[in-house]
Amino acid sequence: MADQLICRCRKRHSSGFELDADLSIPLDQSRVTVLFGPSGSGKTTLLRLLAGLDRPDEGVIAFRGAAWHDSPRGLHLPPQRRRAGFLFQDYALFPHLTVAANVGFACGRERAAEMIETFGIADLAARYPRAISGGQQQRVALARALAAGSALLLLDEPLSALDASSRVRLRTDLRRMLLAGGVPSIVVTHDRAEAIALGDWMAVLVDGRIRQTGPVREVLRHPAGPRVAEAVGVENVLPAEIVGREPGLLTLQVGPLNLQCVDAGETGPLVACIHAEDVALSRDTARSSSVRNRLAGRVVTVERDGPLARVELDCGFPLVALITAQSAAEMDLKAGDAVCAVVKATAVHLAASG
Amino acid sequence: MDWQAIWLSVRLAFCTTAILLVVGVPLAGWLAFSPRRWRFLVEAAVALPLVLPPTVLGFYVLLAIGPHSPVGALYGRLTGGMLPFSFQGLLVASALYSLPFAVQPVAGAFHAVDRKLIEASWCLGVSRFATFRKVVLPLARSGIATGAILSFAHTMGEFGVVLMVGGNIAGVTRTVSISIYDQVQALRYDAALETSLCLLGFSFVVLAVTYALQRRIWTAWPTN
Repeated sequence: MADQLICRCRKRHSSGFELDADLSIPLDQSRVTVLFGPSGSGKTTLLRLLAGLDRPDEGVIAFRGAAWHDSPRGLHLPPQRRRAGFLFQDYALFPHLTVAANVGFACGRERAAEMIETFGIADLAARYPRAISGGQQQRVALARALAAGSALLLLDEPLSALDASSRVRLRTDLRRMLLAGGVPSIVVTHDRAEAIALGDWMAVLVDGRIRQTGPVREVLRHPAGPRVAEAVGVENVLPAEIVGREPGLLTLQVGPLNLQCVDAGETGPLVACIHAEDVALSRDTARSSSVRNRLAGRVVTVERDGPLARVELDCGFPLVALITAQSAAEMDLKAGDAVCAVVKATAVHLAASG
Repeated sequence: MDWQAIWLSVRLAFCTTAILLVVGVPLAGWLAFSPRRWRFLVEAAVALPLVLPPTVLGFYVLLAIGPHSPVGALYGRLTGGMLPFSFQGLLVASALYSLPFAVQPVAGAFHAVDRKLIEASWCLGVSRFATFRKVVLPLARSGIATGAILSFAHTMGEFGVVLMVGGNIAGVTRTVSISIYDQVQALRYDAALETSLCLLGFSFVVLAVTYALQRRIWTAWPTN
């Protein structure tokens, strides 16, 4: 149990926002942990508490069995004694120092040279931060943090300062670098794709509270409640009521329609979570496949989004489908068209509401 | 031209600037980073010489360093001399009088250093003092240069405080502006004109350099 990062603390801002986080990260299972949440949910606040840059109003922070903050005992380690390397959104490289001097800021010459070699930034060593690209700055910031002997890396939206094209390209690079660094890292993001590309494990923060933790795919696939579902970008979160139970299959009432899904023993008030990409559309309403759920509805809007089209339906309740732009064009979808939304029972995930 | 007075003013300005760098940089650091709520009181006290008539300041300094004051008595016991009407006395008065000119630009420059850079340094395990030395000071160096130049220039042109504390002793306390005053009193307008022109040119050059420095904060660094 010692190989954990434990953070149970409260911090109230003068704005009235309150963070009340109860989080323990199993560092043996997770090399990269994603701290996920919408903007304003308290992600950066939590990261600053972990780094020791802010002091919690009360609570406990412990890293691998060593207390970093313990309010009852009046213990508070300053950032210098935690060695949690903090990567700011804009990387915060020292503008008056060369890349080599930045990396060597808090370590010996040899160690710096070694890190510069490892991170492949030898040809930038003599340059100043403003003369290198955002992606290169990120590399330098990581090398600097690891060279200083950081035991934990804290990254605040590390890809947000980059333009859209390099952001996607550098995602996998970043994960590789984090793994190569050999110390656990916590990455703040509000982007699903980033969470999937970067993380092993994730914690979802909504309105200052940790709502769910677990392996990234697990959390994204099975959100624990409507707030997490919304936060992780499940497009369809529908209040549902159990109206029938057959062996292995559950019948739900959603709005005026019935939905079937796999029975995992849920009871009580529920929400049905359906990812928009799991909703297919068809013109004919005849039952001609294995799919359990065929929901009749009308098209409300069709929006092109790059190679995809986002179709909003009215099935007695709003339902969003994500299909390819080609399909949308071939089906000639327009607002007002009667269509049938097709959803496999296995694509309906249940979560307790509230 | 009264070369003796010019040389005295240069010496006074140089020593005052040196004292103000030693005293002013830590004071500015405290003003820029202290979380204390009553910081504004210290700020106001530092800014006082900006609005106080030089004669008032000079009068208080004269009282404070006189042989009957604790400071003056201590100085007398240590050195056997007296502070009023001496170069050392002038130095004390000048340092006080130019304090805001040194502290304000430096505190402003400290304040303008990106907080994230300081925090990044702390997270790398670097102590507060070392962070101040390795991050804050180098990034604020144009502000420090501005403070030093303004202190120097301000001391060069000092009149009221010098007259109150130092009097008018040739080679000891007679500075350039007092020399000009004497020349005018003696109706030696040619000499006064010459010395004044000299001070005017000097002041303009100093201000031009200051503004140029401020504009070139980053371009002053070597590229690549």
